[in-house]
Amino acid sequence: MAGSDPVIRGTSAPDTVKILIAGGFGVGKTTMVGSVSEIVPLRTEEPLTAAGLGVDDLGGIPEKHATTVALDFGRITLSQELVLYLFGTPGQQRFWFMWNDLAIGALGAVVLIDVRRPESSFAAIDFFERRGIPFVVGVNGFHGEHPYSPEEIREALALPENAHVLLCDARDRDSCRDVLIALIDQLIATSAQTG
Amino acid sequence: MNGGDSAGRLVRPFTLTGGRTRPSRTDFTLITSVTAVDPPPAGAARPQPEHARILRLCAKPVVVAELAAQLDLPVSVVCIMLCDLLEAGRIAARAPREISRTSDLDLLQKVRDGLGRL
Repeated sequence: MAGSDPVIRGTSAPDTVKILIAGGFGVGKTTMVGSVSEIVPLRTEEPLTAAGLGVDDLGGIPEKHATTVALDFGRITLSQELVLYLFGTPGQQRFWFMWNDLAIGALGAVVLIDVRRPESSFAAIDFFERRGIPFVVGVNGFHGEHPYSPEEIREALALPENAHVLLCDARDRDSCRDVLIALIDQLIATSAQTG
Repeated sequence: MNGGDSAGRLVRPFTLTGGRTRPSRTDFTLITSVTAVDPPPAGAARPQPEHARILRLCAKPVVVAELAAQLDLPVSVVCIMLCDLLEAGRIAARAPREISRTSDLDLLQKVRDGLGRL
């Protein structure tokens, strides 16, 4: 990195990293972000137009019709030098993956699943599998209840054997933190194997 | 902010950018940190009101996504204005940590340690 590039030139700003919280409608993504964030989740919206997307997967967006995709995000200051951002797509957002910047540079993702309607998270799982972005599956129990074991869910979703499936409660800070730690542990294990 | 915004809501922010819809450079990501250069460079022109607002918000390091949320503007619009400020020498920007899939054990361990302390 050239020292003369103003974008790289050192400031006192801490390093920043991000993790995505994905999954279907109403599965608890924003709840999870809020549970572990040190700030009340912030929201930003981006207009998406078919012309500006540069991706081929435009199914469902009426031609030349603008739509917006929103992000809720939170912040976790891990140390003076390192800040983690969590990005989740709130509500019924079918087109979050068209926010090009979102997946680029992410450490990995948590795909949240509601066992009552797991199919709503299939698209997110497909997205990360296709792009080779590491992820863990967090099963958000309704009222914190978990009728199925991780193994049963892994089978039902046809997930690879090495995919991490964790039972969690998106309302509970420690539970959400443990899901994030599981993701990082998976990344560390992969890194140690291949690095 | 609600989901019922009309197209007008989408168009208006770009009046802040002189109609530009793309930044002159693509360095700014959601988690790029920006910090106002203090004191401003000698001979710096008086910033436009929206630019001045950004400069106030980034007196301390702040990431692009937070700026956009605080300004209630799309990230793409904020990036264009940040490009202006960067080119005018009014802000410094710091890119996020590069993520390599295979080797950054040190970074991952720092994230792991930080989460463990929560």
